[in-house]
Amino acid sequence: MNNASGERRGALPSGVSHFRELGVRLRENDYLADEGLSTAIFLSLKLGRPLFLEGEAGVGKTEVAKVLSRILETPLIRLQCYEGIDVYQAVYEWDYARQLLHIRAAEAFGGEDRERVERDLYDREFLVSRPLLQALEHRGPMPPVLLIDEVDRSDDEFEAFLLEILSDFAVTIPELGTIMAERPPVAILTSNRTREVHDALKRRCLYHYIEHPSFEREVEIVRLRVPDAEERLARQVAAATEKMRTMDLYKPPGVAETLDWTEALVALGARELDEQLVEATLGSVLKYREDQQRAANAGLAALVSGVGGAGRDA
Amino acid sequence: MPEGGIQAPPMLDAAVAFGRVLRGAGLRVGTDRIVEFARAIEEMDPARRDDVYWSGRITLTSRPEDIEVYDRAFELFWETGGGAKPKPRPKIRLSVPQPDRSVMPPKKTVEKNESGEEAVRLRYSPVEVLRRKDFALYSPEEFAELQRLLADLRLSGALRRSRRLEPAPRGRNDPRRTLRSAMRTGGEAVRHRFRKAKVQPRRVVLLCDVSGSMAPYSRALLRFLHASVVAGGRLEAFSIGTRLTRITRELTTRDPDRALRQTAGAVRDISGGTRLGDAIKEFVVRWGQRGMARGAVVVIFSDGWDRGDVSVLAEQMQRLSRLAYRIVWVNPLKATPGYKPLAAGMAAALPHVDVFLSGHNFESLEELARAVAAATERER
Repeated sequence: MNNASGERRGALPSGVSHFRELGVRLRENDYLADEGLSTAIFLSLKLGRPLFLEGEAGVGKTEVAKVLSRILETPLIRLQCYEGIDVYQAVYEWDYARQLLHIRAAEAFGGEDRERVERDLYDREFLVSRPLLQALEHRGPMPPVLLIDEVDRSDDEFEAFLLEILSDFAVTIPELGTIMAERPPVAILTSNRTREVHDALKRRCLYHYIEHPSFEREVEIVRLRVPDAEERLARQVAAATEKMRTMDLYKPPGVAETLDWTEALVALGARELDEQLVEATLGSVLKYREDQQRAANAGLAALVSGVGGAGRDA
Repeated sequence: MPEGGIQAPPMLDAAVAFGRVLRGAGLRVGTDRIVEFARAIEEMDPARRDDVYWSGRITLTSRPEDIEVYDRAFELFWETGGGAKPKPRPKIRLSVPQPDRSVMPPKKTVEKNESGEEAVRLRYSPVEVLRRKDFALYSPEEFAELQRLLADLRLSGALRRSRRLEPAPRGRNDPRRTLRSAMRTGGEAVRHRFRKAKVQPRRVVLLCDVSGSMAPYSRALLRFLHASVVAGGRLEAFSIGTRLTRITRELTTRDPDRALRQTAGAVRDISGGTRLGDAIKEFVVRWGQRGMARGAVVVIFSDGWDRGDVSVLAEQMQRLSRLAYRIVWVNPLKATPGYKPLAAGMAAALPHVDVFLSGHNFESLEELARAVAAATERER
């Protein structure tokens, strides 16, 4: 189990002892977190607890893990969940082909006794480690960042197993014994809420729900991530996506879409948004045909008019 | 934020007391979370309002629906004593245990509907009669009997193929088990092992209209929902009225009376009007299209009276039918002799409904269970 001193120290990057300092670090690494999110990440690192992030698609949940691995200068180990994922895809799998070859070889050269062959067969060298085992086996000055992405896509059985791993940070392989993490990895779990993840799993974690950013923050994010975009364009794009979010779409654009869109516009050399440009680039922000239709029906001109503070005057 | 906005009693005591308030308001806050909250606060600044707010929110909530409740409780608990900012507080409603009556429509209608029944003393009702009896005519004793009947009724979705594999006599190669058995034959894979996709029941989503016009039936139907949720399986329940409320969690409590009380506490629009289209839209947008309705059997319990715009309902039903495996509509009025789906909402929804049932008595709930479990025509 975690020893007390390790836990106290947490996994905070050096020089960070307050959530605001962490916020600054995140920003230096191109991630803008509001107070709630900075606090959540800070506490998760400090208390050594997994962080469970929920929110609409594209609000930057996965990005949190990526930026943390940059700040902590530690590898990012990612486990993408999907329906039917099981221990063999998440933790470890024996390399059957090589094991079979090993048996054949032992036979061919003869002499070796059966028990010995069998013992060798379940040697570490025949074990393929999958993300969770990799995270537990990691050795280094900092624990790795373990991203368990879209937990809601896995099923109950896998969730129960995950709960076990996140409680003990250890896994038992019958043929090999128990493998325990030196220090608990920095675990980030994300969910899009396609279903409710079990309470027990959430109870192991700190929880934060990420909202769409405010207008000003989104402008800031665009400016930070797409430095080539001019202020005026950034404001117009942020205002237009904000409007789209109220349009009752199948898939309202997230920050990720705002950034895609801005990049597309910048690539076209746009310095200011107009109706023609919106029409030409709509596919990079609205990815369902029905949504594009709806936006078109509402009038694309409306998306560029009366833009948040920036105005549309020439 | 102003400093000193928060009076600081010993932190752990305060954390425990706050935890109790949240629990009273319906959040699932265990002792472990409260300890976590106290630890978190230690790492932050307990004198700063926002630090306390975020520490609490991060450690004590676990889903977006919790946040609204948390916010109100936070304000009530931490910001009344301090007096730092006397801003007007919205009325807070913390649910406290209420008598069972609360799951029924407000008292007036109850007494109107069942005034005759109230006086009736315990009387013998043979199960067969009860099975066919209209829920609206049930006496309190018969509801107790219904509870026993419901315990045997299982709602389980039609089967679908899962992505998970299981051992099978033939199918795809299973190297893991093949190797294991090869060990027994000196490394020669004499017998190949196979696996194939497991079959599992589809998710069932229940949307129950709790508006005034459904009041004679909602009591029995909510009990049915409860029995189904408690029986386990992949099941989700929502109430619909003027808004959509997810009630799966409230219904998981085993004791039916307690579960229904909790549900009544969570659903704020019982016996109000219906905005069927808006509620279904909310379901589709917030839950359905993200995955809950995909490939699921969706059951809607409603008489189809919609006070909202019927074109919204038609559009949302179409969206829903594209996501769901099957839509079953249960309308107690259908049992009325000569019933025609004249309610505008019902007429708009029907083209997108696969199975249309009455659900007015126990027998038709059994029929519902069969409809939910059945595969569609093309799969048979």
